Amino acid sequence: MHGLINRALQCFVRDTYGEDRWLDVARAAGLDPPRFESMLTYDDALFRDALAALSRSLGKPEDDVMEDVGTYLVSHPNVEALRRLLRFGGVTFEEFLQSLDDLPERARLAVPDLDLPQLELRECGPDHYCLNCSSRQPGFGHAMLGLLRTMADDYGALVILDIEPQAPGVDVISISLVESAFAQGRSFDLGARGINADDL
Amino acid sequence: MPTTCEIHLAQLLDTLVPMHLQLDTDGLITHVGPTLAKLRPGVALGGMSVFDLFDIQRPSNIGTMAALRTQAGAKLHLRFRSPPCTALKGVLSPFGDRVILNLSFGISVQDGIRDYALTASDFAPTDMTVEMLYLFEAKSAAMDASRRLNARLQGAKIAAEEQAFTDTLTGLKNRRAMDHVLARLTESRAAFALLHLDLDFFKQINDTMGHAAGDRVLQKVARIMVELTRQQDTVVRYGGDEFVLILAGPTDKQVLQSVAERLIARLEQPILIDGQPCAVSASIGIVRSVDYDRPDPIQMLSDADAALYVSKRGGRAQLHFHGAE
Repeated sequence: MHGLINRALQCFVRDTYGEDRWLDVARAAGLDPPRFESMLTYDDALFRDALAALSRSLGKPEDDVMEDVGTYLVSHPNVEALRRLLRFGGVTFEEFLQSLDDLPERARLAVPDLDLPQLELRECGPDHYCLNCSSRQPGFGHAMLGLLRTMADDYGALVILDIEPQAPGVDVISISLVESAFAQGRSFDLGARGINADDL
Repeated sequence: MPTTCEIHLAQLLDTLVPMHLQLDTDGLITHVGPTLAKLRPGVALGGMSVFDLFDIQRPSNIGTMAALRTQAGAKLHLRFRSPPCTALKGVLSPFGDRVILNLSFGISVQDGIRDYALTASDFAPTDMTVEMLYLFEAKSAAMDASRRLNARLQGAKIAAEEQAFTDTLTGLKNRRAMDHVLARLTESRAAFALLHLDLDFFKQINDTMGHAAGDRVLQKVARIMVELTRQQDTVVRYGGDEFVLILAGPTDKQVLQSVAERLIARLEQPILIDGQPCAVSASIGIVRSVDYDRPDPIQMLSDADAALYVSKRGGRAQLHFHGAE
């Protein structure tokens, strides 16, 4: 798996729970040296081991941890670059949703060997979308859930989200758009020089 | 009064090319696209001459509408005359007796977007500008991550190399480092001398005061040798209490002799360990590259060792040149 994804988990723990917690998790997962490099490639099992160790350490199910990771990725100032890149997807939350199909391709434009989960958006009814997430690794659907929830806030949209597991690594997220301009949302300045991707 | 048809045309162009201008036969602006209007906030562009608004830089000498019309379809380089003097690319097309001039930021798009606080909705959905900004940010973030990884790897590499060439107890160079230095010197046919030095009475210190004290004596001895040699010389811990000094440059026998004598004299001054004086001395064997037709590191080390043996046999605290016995 691409180090960017492993590194995201490490930064999430470090920025949310502190460096010591990460070192404990890394030790429990048998990760030596106790860090991921964002531009190297790692065996898939390393991510699973680190996630399992983190879930034990926090006393939280893995799915909940992954949802928190998704929230972290688009809300923490240290990873502002990622939020900005996602905001390029569209001017409104609906446009953003419709850009998700292209997300793996967009990611590959920047980092050619980055394999993101496959995303497929379907319109299931008026103001109702279904997002199919399939990945080699379980848990990514829940990360996507946290990410969507936070991006909806970012756009100021009011949505109701639900996740339905289909198979290991395959989830369907149901998205009901209640109000597309419910709140002000966070500003997005196209030309901001805010891309100091601290750690990702 | 604009006709219905003119209004339709303006709407069409505002949607498809929101950074366009319409000019009349005299070069006066009759309509401004909504995004272009944002670049000159508070300025009434309608009725202004295009030549007052822009400096047309390439092609040069375009000062009249007649000259401008000849450039239909060609790439124009323009710059606002008033600050911010953003550079723009342009292309024009005649439309009846009027001219439509469409503009874009070109490669300076990032500065343009920042200077004028434009948003994605200021560009036509088919315009690649926003995709280009996306790509720029994504690539910068990825490059940044790569750069940081490279810096970390470079630091780790230097640290590993330092360790690999350093004797951890004394901080002197190790035998691996010595092999590199000798190979370099012999390959470049540089003149140098090699002093093989063995501490006398060191075994007694280890036996009577313990290995910890012995280690500290070795550290102090190492420091003395570094102090008495120059930057360009190399001091190597060759084995337990054996050292090799590689002295670069002229190899005059008298000079070498006085260096070796000075070394022995300094090493004979008692070294204090926990207040206890430890007395050591040194025996030295010396070889010079100039004494060989084809200096070979292995041969030179072996000869230096033989000269050292002569010094030891002669009763310690002595120095001998190879071939002088």
